[in-house]
Amino acid sequence: MIEGAIWRKWAFFYLPMALFLLFLLFPFYWMVITSVRPDGELYRPWNSVNYNPFWTWNPTWDHVRYLFEETLFAAWLWNTMFIALVSTAISLVCGVFAGYALSRLNFPFAGSLGTGIFITYLVPQTLLFIPLAEIIRNYRLGDTPWSLILTYPTFLIPFCTWLMMGYFKAVPKELEECARIDGASRWQAMLYIVIPVAIPGILSAGIFAFTLSWNEFIYALVFLSSPEQKTVPVGVTSELIRGDVFFWGPLMAGALLGSIPVAIAYSFFVEHYVAGLTGSVKG
Amino acid sequence: MGQVVLKGINKFYDSVHAVKDVNLQIRDKEFVVFVGPSGCGKTTTLRMIAGLEAISSGDISIDGSVVNGLAPMDRDIAMVFQNYALYPHMSVYDNMAFGLKMRKFTRPEIDRRVRDAADILGIGELLKRKPRQLSGGQRQRVALGRAIVRHPRVFLFDEPLSNLDAKLRVQMRVELKKLHLRLGTTAIYVTHDQVEAMTLGDRVVVMKDGVVQQVGEPLELYNRPANKFVAGFIGSPTMNFATVTVTEANGSLIAENAGLRIRLPDGTARRLRGHIGHKVTLGVRPEDLTVAGAADPDHPCFDAVIEVVEQLGSEILLDMKVGQDVMVASVEPTVRVNVRDKLRLAMRPSSLHVFDVKTEEAI
Ligand SMILES: Nc1ncnc2c1ncn2[C@@H]1O[C@H](COP(=O)(O)OP(=O)(O)OP(=O)(O)O)[C@@H](O)[C@H]1O
Ligand SMILES: [Mg+2]
Repeated sequence: MIEGAIWRKWAFFYLPMALFLLFLLFPFYWMVITSVRPDGELYRPWNSVNYNPFWTWNPTWDHVRYLFEETLFAAWLWNTMFIALVSTAISLVCGVFAGYALSRLNFPFAGSLGTGIFITYLVPQTLLFIPLAEIIRNYRLGDTPWSLILTYPTFLIPFCTWLMMGYFKAVPKELEECARIDGASRWQAMLYIVIPVAIPGILSAGIFAFTLSWNEFIYALVFLSSPEQKTVPVGVTSELIRGDVFFWGPLMAGALLGSIPVAIAYSFFVEHYVAGLTGSVKG
Repeated sequence: MGQVVLKGINKFYDSVHAVKDVNLQIRDKEFVVFVGPSGCGKTTTLRMIAGLEAISSGDISIDGSVVNGLAPMDRDIAMVFQNYALYPHMSVYDNMAFGLKMRKFTRPEIDRRVRDAADILGIGELLKRKPRQLSGGQRQRVALGRAIVRHPRVFLFDEPLSNLDAKLRVQMRVELKKLHLRLGTTAIYVTHDQVEAMTLGDRVVVMKDGVVQQVGEPLELYNRPANKFVAGFIGSPTMNFATVTVTEANGSLIAENAGLRIRLPDGTARRLRGHIGHKVTLGVRPEDLTVAGAADPDHPCFDAVIEVVEQLGSEILLDMKVGQDVMVASVEPTVRVNVRDKLRLAMRPSSLHVFDVKTEEAI
């Protein structure tokens, strides 16, 4: 903490902190306020008498109701959830095993293979979707959740592998060696010792992978076409922006509801495993 | 049973020849200590015995059967690591029970063995705790407990005490010794601390640069070091060395250099007959030097200038200049000396060591 006079504390700690929070939280505030503001207020010209963009006295659930009654928002939520969960699970399983192999099994080129995998993560999706679209079409997976469940791992697996490699490297190798002397096979040592010790790492990889697939936009936009198949980010932006008409209320309500599951996932896991994230492997 | 035989063991890490042609027979129930400076290949040797490191060439056998190709789990050994390597997500009880569970012992048997081991080590109260809730000494005990519950044929220790503070280390050293006397299991112990080696080992193996320098009982190493390296490594403070030329005068042999001229005692002289006119390295331990008095007229004597006086209470260490050489003497605490004093010192005749200048082997 900052030592010295109280004004120093205010000037160098609380004030910058407040500005930072304001900057960070304002978009969320704007989203919340817009999603409960009646249309009459939303589209009132800025030079009218009682124009007040930062507050509303007449909050309404109309936009949320519109979202669930007039659009396929519930289906989009379900699609997003399903796709994110399955692709995260696939990627996590592959990432944990690949990360373990790359960091622990001494085979030739393990190091360069690890770097290679990471480089595939750096290839922009805006390029990759072109060849992937071809593949999706050939396998007739277009416009099904599987088109995303199978393509998301192309960037999630490298990501999880890379994260888990780092995490497994931090687990002392003596733990595993000790287990193997104690009578565990390589497989058992991994299952009973290394993976339980790496749980915080696995959870954080899982959260990040889940968030990445929840928010993914380009693949979802390209591979899904019928409204009932869409995910939240694509559904909200394609169905609630018609031409240059923005349905601001439902749009913001959709954004808000779409970000709630991710927020819950974060707060739950961060709460429970923040100690793990900062590394408490050395027992 | 727990007989371990190393036959012509070599280990290469790419271009590094870490362990060179090690031959050793370890008897059942013996406590053997590997000692040597950092990087001399002690850990590598131990890990090859454990099966954690592949052997480049040679054979390791336990109880007469070659184990080169056996996985660590099939060698019936237990190992205690320097950083303890306790499983952080398991309680003390589960840490100790893990090896037994893996080997499919029955629950009552596991329980009995864990509690026995906990009793022996005095950690009965800690069984429910997690490793991070233990002090260093307690973790050390748990690591020991995990090794002894399995009743293995051989214990392997890799510097198990080096993470403890000085006082605890001495205490745990005694406990380890007691434990070995009680269990009688063959133990192979790696350390870089010569005091640990001397106090714990039935036999001590001194290594340097991957080569075994000498194998012997502690006093054998102390009294009859095979070469200059062992002589300097065993004993604290270290042995004093001086390069001298051997000459003959009036039928007796004289060793001399710029600041030193002593008549060699008969025993030493006999060994140096062939070296007249040549240089040799003379070695004498600080504790074999005394302030010269009338009591021992036939002891070889020499003059020294005191540079530093270190009072240790039970003894005094004198850092001295003898001609060009620096020497240390450990003398009675009753001796009164000051810095820059000139002092005449005597060597105990039987305690003189001589080494070849080139090969550094004892003569
Ligand atoms: N995995 C490895 N790859 C390459 N060289 C290694 C490896 N492990 C050890 N070495 C080398 O082998 C030699 C012996 O190492 P070792 O760990 O056995 O030394 P040590 O006697 O245990 O030393 P210390 O007292 O520092 O633990 C050293 O020169 C070391 O650099
Ligand atoms: Mg070592």
